[in-house]
Amino acid sequence: MIEMLATYSLIGVYSAMAVYTLAFLFYSVDLSTRAARPAGQQSASSQNAGDTLTPEKTSMRATFYQRVATAMMMIAWLVHLAATILRGLAGGRVPWANMFEFGLTATLLISAVFLGSLLWRDLAYLGAFVSGFVLLALGIVTVNYYVDVVPLPPALQSYWLVIHVFVASLATAFFALGSGLSIYQLIRSRVDRSGGSLPRLMASLPDAATLESLAYRLYVIGFVLWTFTLIAGAVWAERAWGRYWGWDVKEVWTFIIWVIFAGYIHARATRGWRGDRAAWLGLIGFGALIFNYAIVNVFFTGLHSYSGL
Amino acid sequence: MDPLRPSDHASQAPTQNPSLGASGWLRFIWRQLTSMKTALVLLLLLALAAIPGSLVPQRSSDPNGVVRYRQDDPELYELLDSLQLFDTYTSVWFSAIYLLLFISLVGCILPRTNHHLKALKSPPPATPKNLYRLESHRLESLGASEAQEDVIARAERVLQGVGYRTRRYGASVAGETGYLRETANLVFHFALVGILLSLAIVTGFKYSGQRILIEGTTFTNDLASYDSFTQGPWFSPRALTPFALTLDDFTPTYRFNETSGAAEPLDFAATITVTEEGGQGEEVLRVNQPLAVGGASVYLLGNGFAPQVTIRNPEGQVVFSQAVVFLPQDQNLTSLGVVKVPDGLAQQVGMMGFFYPSAVTLESGALASVYPEPDLPIVTFNVFTGDLGLDEGIPRNVYSLETDDMVQIAGGDSENSALVLGLGQELDLPDGLGTVAFEALPRYISVDIHRDPTQLPVAIFSALIVLGLMVSLFVVRRRVWVRVNDSGSGTALEVAALSRNDDPAQGKAVDDILQRILKAEENRLSS
Repeated sequence: MIEMLATYSLIGVYSAMAVYTLAFLFYSVDLSTRAARPAGQQSASSQNAGDTLTPEKTSMRATFYQRVATAMMMIAWLVHLAATILRGLAGGRVPWANMFEFGLTATLLISAVFLGSLLWRDLAYLGAFVSGFVLLALGIVTVNYYVDVVPLPPALQSYWLVIHVFVASLATAFFALGSGLSIYQLIRSRVDRSGGSLPRLMASLPDAATLESLAYRLYVIGFVLWTFTLIAGAVWAERAWGRYWGWDVKEVWTFIIWVIFAGYIHARATRGWRGDRAAWLGLIGFGALIFNYAIVNVFFTGLHSYSGL
Repeated sequence: MDPLRPSDHASQAPTQNPSLGASGWLRFIWRQLTSMKTALVLLLLLALAAIPGSLVPQRSSDPNGVVRYRQDDPELYELLDSLQLFDTYTSVWFSAIYLLLFISLVGCILPRTNHHLKALKSPPPATPKNLYRLESHRLESLGASEAQEDVIARAERVLQGVGYRTRRYGASVAGETGYLRETANLVFHFALVGILLSLAIVTGFKYSGQRILIEGTTFTNDLASYDSFTQGPWFSPRALTPFALTLDDFTPTYRFNETSGAAEPLDFAATITVTEEGGQGEEVLRVNQPLAVGGASVYLLGNGFAPQVTIRNPEGQVVFSQAVVFLPQDQNLTSLGVVKVPDGLAQQVGMMGFFYPSAVTLESGALASVYPEPDLPIVTFNVFTGDLGLDEGIPRNVYSLETDDMVQIAGGDSENSALVLGLGQELDLPDGLGTVAFEALPRYISVDIHRDPTQLPVAIFSALIVLGLMVSLFVVRRRVWVRVNDSGSGTALEVAALSRNDDPAQGKAVDDILQRILKAEENRLSS
């Protein structure tokens, strides 16, 4: 029974990856057709994406390809969700107790936060980044980190597993989207600096300042969640190991990530650091997060050796 | 130190170039230290400085790793140790960074607190002359049916109704909201200082001790009963409240994974009788479920087997009978233990033993354990005679045997093979020294007992950190002005806003206020 559920879950993961691939293709086609459209059509759109005041905030009109891509993204997300739930059912617990499962849930949340943010702002231009990232991450996680469903070791038998790890993966999702915007922002500001006319592709995106302020809002939510992750982790560590802080490698890296994003928030308010430098800090922070997951978990020895590998 | 430092804050005043003098220099250094840029650089340095501690084993969290490092590469060890890399988080350089950061932080939040307290007492600032210059600006013409004064009064009520503090300036009203943002931001930063201070002050009262507890034995909480003990400088043994713990039973639960062939632990449960002044009770101690006893917390750290070994001399008199703690070496609890018999036999005898809970014989003839449960428990002993080194009064590790001054008489290259004992068996020691028996198989647990008085203050400050952070990042500090302009063509209502921070909802808020004022106007007309 357990094996059957786990197998269905894995089939779900592969199916979701197939549909994410389609979403990625359509989003890419969308970006390239934007580049091909005459510039006049797009100049209006570049201003509105970040401005709630304009009633027609969707004036950056979705192309046919973009609508298809977003529909694909939703279908992929639903399949992904089903795969994650099946994995949870197979284990009889929350599906984020080892590296594979964390990857599964974190990527699900990245897609969810992306789709949710579409209701808030038109961030569809991030679709290529998000679908590409999720596809890549799911592939790597499934190939390298897949483990069979095993019962929880005593050290993980705690409701803090539910809270601490879930909030950590949610924070990861917000940081991921923020860093996507930071990448776009850096490209955009480089293009702006080089003088010359904007490539049409970039002209169809919001300007660097708008991208930065959108990224900031996502990072800030991520930062609050990460602060909570850190504190919840300390509370759990106190229960499990008898001390709330012991500079275990994973604790160190959680702290480092927290400090980098604290630096990012301060950079946004420091003259000379707004803009590109702040964006780089955000990317470094997200890089540290990926490092913490993919490298620290696997290659560093510490108390958090629950990767199941 | 903070993104939301008001633009008129002292540190942003232009620096003066002329000669500074001693106090001038001090002030200059202070300004530099408490500037946002310095704080930012210190933050980034702190993140950078924390990295080495994750690359090199730390004495605080992985003392054995440090010992191994020393053995593997003594030269590199010396170099890294002189840089305090094995104590990264208490090192001079790491401490210097966070202390400077906190000084910078205090130097920033104290004047800000002062500034904020003043702001809380002062009214919103006067209406700017040219409101249209502000980002969100609305102009709406009104019918000339109402006196300027009435419209302004209504606008003031509307502003107050949505949480603005207001002040009338002639034909206009100024409103400000979101003071809570700065309050919460200061709370966040003060809470950070609070955590550091409680760590600095209260840590001195900490203590923690470890103890191995064999089934059926009792631990009483006094200093001498601990196997190891560390304490803060202000710890007093009186802080150890009297209580006793008896391990009645320890039951691990494993599941056999057919795919991997490994035993997966599902549960470790220790049943413990707790005796306190108030009385006695039975409690279950688990990995994620510490016991709170007499102001201290008891944690389950590890477990293993303690085979009961009895040694008799040739006359049959018992010279040694103990449950010997064997330390687990692998997942299947193959364990290592040492027996030392200094007195009662013809010679001092030391025995190095392996314990296999579920023993199988490998093709090589060696034994191995295939499961952590005692399905076929076997103890093997290599036996040594000679000087145990216990008579010089030098403390010796009970878990290791110095065999340099001893002769091996069983196992290894000696002429006798190692002693192999099943549960309940007894064998002769070589050379007619006596007999050794494996009589019973109790389990043991290792527990950590400690009291950390920093927990409460740190928990409170952490809660304030989360609270302060959420409020300070999501509340917006915003000023709104409403002015009524009388011109020849009629009355016009002007609404404009200025925010002190990222304010995506500014336009919406201005529209909302305008609509409310207009609606109040309509209501008046229709009533």
